[in-house]
Amino acid sequence: MLPGVTLPQIPALHSNLDVTPQRSALSSSSLRSFRRLPVQEDWPFWVILAVQASILIGAVAFWQVAADRGWIDGFFWSKPSAIYATMIKFFTEGDAWTDIGFTFRSTIFGFVLGTTLGSMLGLSFWWSRNYAAIVQPYMICFESLPKLALAPLVILVFGMGLASKVAIATALTLVVSTLTAYAGVKALDPDGEKLFYSLGATRWQVFRKLVVPSCLPWIISVLRVNIGLALTGAVVGEFIASQHGLGRAILYAGETYDIALVWVAVLVLSIVSIIMYAGVSWLERLLRKGIRQ
Amino acid sequence: MTFNAPSGPFQALAPVTLSITPGKFVSLIGPSGCGKSTLFNIIAGLLQPTGGKVFIDGADATGTIGRVGYMLQKDLLLPWRTVLDNVILGMEIQGVRLREARERAHPLIRRYGLGGFEHHYPAALSGGMRQRAALLRTLLFDTDVILLDEPFGALDAQTKLYMQEWLLGLWADFGKTVVFVTHDVEEAIYLSDEMHVMATRPGRVVETIAVPISRPRRRHATLNPDFIAIKERCLELLAIDHNASLGEAA
Repeated sequence: MLPGVTLPQIPALHSNLDVTPQRSALSSSSLRSFRRLPVQEDWPFWVILAVQASILIGAVAFWQVAADRGWIDGFFWSKPSAIYATMIKFFTEGDAWTDIGFTFRSTIFGFVLGTTLGSMLGLSFWWSRNYAAIVQPYMICFESLPKLALAPLVILVFGMGLASKVAIATALTLVVSTLTAYAGVKALDPDGEKLFYSLGATRWQVFRKLVVPSCLPWIISVLRVNIGLALTGAVVGEFIASQHGLGRAILYAGETYDIALVWVAVLVLSIVSIIMYAGVSWLERLLRKGIRQ
Repeated sequence: MTFNAPSGPFQALAPVTLSITPGKFVSLIGPSGCGKSTLFNIIAGLLQPTGGKVFIDGADATGTIGRVGYMLQKDLLLPWRTVLDNVILGMEIQGVRLREARERAHPLIRRYGLGGFEHHYPAALSGGMRQRAALLRTLLFDTDVILLDEPFGALDAQTKLYMQEWLLGLWADFGKTVVFVTHDVEEAIYLSDEMHVMATRPGRVVETIAVPISRPRRRHATLNPDFIAIKERCLELLAIDHNASLGEAA
């Protein structure tokens, strides 16, 4: 005990904590006002939906009015009515479906290729600790590398077509999948392997019946991240050099000051993104059901 | 058996000689860190001993896997497999066809108290049932010797008593040689024909005690004077500091 430090007054502290009904404690508690537990009431679903819809309608209406009245510059910001007209034109006269199809294809190819190769690479580290130790610094380098910065190089190597977009999307998704699958491998319970070996299993049996099923939840957990990354990769590829795709449409519209078309392409791109995200979420649920009950 | 620990070589087991009669129920008891699990890993071929050999049926089995059934402390049921498919894992690995393995396992699952749960996943089972499934998996992996490493350590007292009866029934039906590790002296005496008391630092067997109580045993056998005498002896052995000069064991 340091000099000058007084001991806490134990008796006083104790009487504060004491819950035995002493007369004095009771009478003082009746004078104190107690707070109520805060309770949050949940609104019905339709109320939430109605509020959400009115916010959207209000924002769009304000945009239209502001552009019409000249509060904002209609040339730079465009306006909902012009965007709608351009949308109709984009789908009837323009090559909306070609662009959508192109972006969709490169995203899906990149997603599938990157996720599959990456997961396989990550799982392969289970086979040899030495091999894993040798490869790991390269993996970390590749991960920290800004892969999008290499996009111009990729375009040079793979050309202007689909291949270069798939390559960029693959590069973005591959690393994430590899690292996640490897994390799954590292999280394996060594006792599980012991059990398999005590039953006389071969390494291949352990891999197929223990390692792969144990790591599947890890692999599945990155699917949703990867679909977003694959789309980013595909669009950036189209920005740099392409003849088709929503990314190219956005770039082209911007360069020709067709702001309404920029909005249209961005809108379509978001819808494509939402659809793919929903699709992958559905796939994820399906796979999870497949491996658990 | 010596391990190379970061702090230098560490002797986990002193030379240990155990010979186990076929068909017997043998227990190993001792304080934690006395090398019981190390010994099991060596017998199961999962650890290469730095010296010494394992003989099973007179044949050198050192470092060979799949010779004995080994049940670890955790049940290690695979969560993505049903109870039935967990139980047949050993047969499956040995290359028995799936249909045949399932057919062989079905009646046993029913007879040993898991009936109706064949197609459930392990997550839906209680601790006792999981342990039973793990034991059936070990039994169905058709070996003469079975190593059980504290199989009931994590169960509550009531379930534990029930599982002991269950295990004795199973042992009587299958006639396998069982080597059982436990911390629980009473459990060891009640179940076994022979007990090996171990001490720590380095792990070694200090005394072998035969249990001459007739079978089948009933619960009140635990009140039998023989039983109490053995228990006293065991507790005495476990309480002695076998390394008084080395200080207290960790």
